[in-house]
Amino acid sequence: MATETAVDVVMPQMGVSVSEGTVTKWLKSEGEQVEADEPLLEISTDKVDTEVPSPASGTLTQIVVQEGETVEVGTKLAQIGGAPAANGQAQAPQAAPAEPATVEAAAESAAASGAEGETPTADVVEEARPAEPEPVPAPPAPAATAPTADATTDGKSFVSPVVARIASEHGVDPSQVEGSGRGGRVTKKDILNFIEQGAPAAASEAPPAPAPAAPPEAPPAPAAPAPPAAAPQPVVAEAGEQMEPMNAMRRGIAEHMRRSLDTSAHVTSAIEVDMSRVVAIRKKLKKEYEKDYGVNPTYLSFVARATVETLRDYPWINGEIRGEQIVTRNYVNLGFAVELTDGKGLIVPVLKHAEGLNLLGIARGVVDIAQRARDKKLTPDEVQGGTFTITNPGGYGTFHGTPVISQPQAAILGTYAVVKRPWVIQDDRGEDVIAIRPIMNLTLTYDHRLVDGALAGRFLRDLRERLETWDESAY
Amino acid sequence: MAEKTYLQAISDGLREEMRRDKRVFVIGEDVGVYGGAFKVTLGFQEEFGAWRVIDAPLSETAIVGGCTGAAIMGMRPVAEMQFADFISCAWDQLVTVAAKQRWRAGTPVPITVRLPSGGGFSGGPFHSQNPESSFAHIPGLKVICPATPEDAKGLLASAIQDPNPCLYFEHKHLYRRIKAEVPDERYETPFGKARMHREGDDLSVITWGAMVYTAEEAAQQLDGDGISVEILDLRTLVPWDKQAVLESVRKTSKVLVLHEDTHTGGFGGEIAATIGEEAFEELDAPVKRISAPDTPVPFSPQLEKAFIPQVEDVVASLRDLAEY
Repeated sequence: MATETAVDVVMPQMGVSVSEGTVTKWLKSEGEQVEADEPLLEISTDKVDTEVPSPASGTLTQIVVQEGETVEVGTKLAQIGGAPAANGQAQAPQAAPAEPATVEAAAESAAASGAEGETPTADVVEEARPAEPEPVPAPPAPAATAPTADATTDGKSFVSPVVARIASEHGVDPSQVEGSGRGGRVTKKDILNFIEQGAPAAASEAPPAPAPAAPPEAPPAPAAPAPPAAAPQPVVAEAGEQMEPMNAMRRGIAEHMRRSLDTSAHVTSAIEVDMSRVVAIRKKLKKEYEKDYGVNPTYLSFVARATVETLRDYPWINGEIRGEQIVTRNYVNLGFAVELTDGKGLIVPVLKHAEGLNLLGIARGVVDIAQRARDKKLTPDEVQGGTFTITNPGGYGTFHGTPVISQPQAAILGTYAVVKRPWVIQDDRGEDVIAIRPIMNLTLTYDHRLVDGALAGRFLRDLRERLETWDESAY
Repeated sequence: MAEKTYLQAISDGLREEMRRDKRVFVIGEDVGVYGGAFKVTLGFQEEFGAWRVIDAPLSETAIVGGCTGAAIMGMRPVAEMQFADFISCAWDQLVTVAAKQRWRAGTPVPITVRLPSGGGFSGGPFHSQNPESSFAHIPGLKVICPATPEDAKGLLASAIQDPNPCLYFEHKHLYRRIKAEVPDERYETPFGKARMHREGDDLSVITWGAMVYTAEEAAQQLDGDGISVEILDLRTLVPWDKQAVLESVRKTSKVLVLHEDTHTGGFGGEIAATIGEEAFEELDAPVKRISAPDTPVPFSPQLEKAFIPQVEDVVASLRDLAEY
């Protein structure tokens, strides 16, 4: 049921500091029916790549901003319902941004931090080899929250290759089609008949679209629809060179890295940690966690858990300089730098209130956000509000690095490969002997404006102490 | 046009090639005086003489080896294996010598080996096999499996004229059972071009040889239920008509590959794999295979019936595909 009045789809505000976004893909074409909250297009901003749901049900009457164009927040992207407008002339009501406006309280997001490629889920292995992404068992979260219908319908949920192809070519959702195959599976004939009979029939059965309620803090309507971003200055490739345009994420990373180095006084301290105890405990817990929870307790989750605990004693390292004030907190929002699968981007999803999570909770949370980061399923809220960040380039075997702080935080912890090394320890009689021990280097890169070297040293010492004497009952 | 049996079509085609091309000669066990175990060459020795219709000793090695040598010297020999099963004795001559000669020395080896094959009449383990996939796996050999009298004649003419060693599998169970119109004039049926045996919309059966008729009977039964079955007769396995198969897959999206040969390593696996590779996004159901089980062919009529794919097996499998 098409809405009578036209509703505009605008470039949503994806974070306080975000001013523009790029339309990367239209999931619907002009003339197609769309349901309220159904994914309508994909956008890319310097904070996050995400899908934008439709603000209303109706016909997509006009696409104003084409794929690849970058426009300011609030710019009209398309129109749902009504008659096709002449040409992007803004319609009467400035409609809701498709995504809820960002919570004001959320501080500057942790866009991108460490410069190396980090993979939180990649385990740091003794052999110090480039880690393949740890075979992460199906994250438990979806299993718990997925509609049970999916799990119980047998044939209905399986989409054969040809049905999937036809569905994508015609923009049809196979779940809308009545299946005549075994167990209600949608066959090729079913979907072809469905399309022949005017595919989006299903859409018209939807309840009348409520006029989208404007969220409390809709972004201010821009004075005029912004023209697409100015074309980059002409840059010429020399012989043998190739050029590709920077996407929004890359521009965001570039801007943030430079700004961070211009803002904070970066200093890095490193410490070596004997991980014997963690290795032993992890070995024991791994089976249990994987069997009972489908979660792999990675070394990263041990380090994260110990870090959260240690930060309680060092509030400035979990703090921030805001104007002339020093901000400290009674909570830890832990950011994890995640390398996107194509190796061409970095995102820092945030595990909120990590101080309330035990080892299992952190392990589960890291798997979840890392996976959703790669699937581009993070909400803007989930990449903002970090108070401290961990980056894990050790998955590739590196043993040292100097990551860049995610602004406006005060520090970033780097974790590196666990490597077996000859290590001097004392035997029972107090005599020095050489033992083979799994050693992990940790670096703390801190803003020397706020954190002095001695404080950073004490933080690293305490963190090492926690890891080397890991107390199972405490975590 | 005249109606002829499958056997008569082979016999007539062979005679025609011998009449028009003096390089063509026949050699095999009992092909001369006796006229061949199945009488394909009956009367040939009277017409062409003992030098062109040669009774060979019981040595398949000698028959195929002699043919290879004669072919290299410019002749176009047609060897008859009394039963396809016996070709194992000639494996070395065929696979090591004939198949590789072109690559080793650049000389063509235009031999045709006629292979009475297949079961269905209690011939037992040594007289019923369908060893086509063994030779389809050997680069340098061509594999021909006619299903109709018309193709039997046209494909034999093409095989004799082809510069490569050709294995011509003639199905014994079709010899006198299958009758159809055959053009009177000479013609060559090209290799690598499948024959659309029957057009349909819902399911595709990819097959060859005697199984074409098994599939046809099954398709007729399903017609009554409104299930429309397409049957593609490959005619030749090397080369095989991939395009025609993929086209049929695109049309119906549900495929059964059917052959009388045993299952593991049967040529149906090659076809199913190719469909998976090249038409994955066209599939609406798993690619199915029906074949004989991985055992020797049994003597007992009841067991042989259980061994060779039957019409009811094909019907059941097609129904299952239709309902998928």
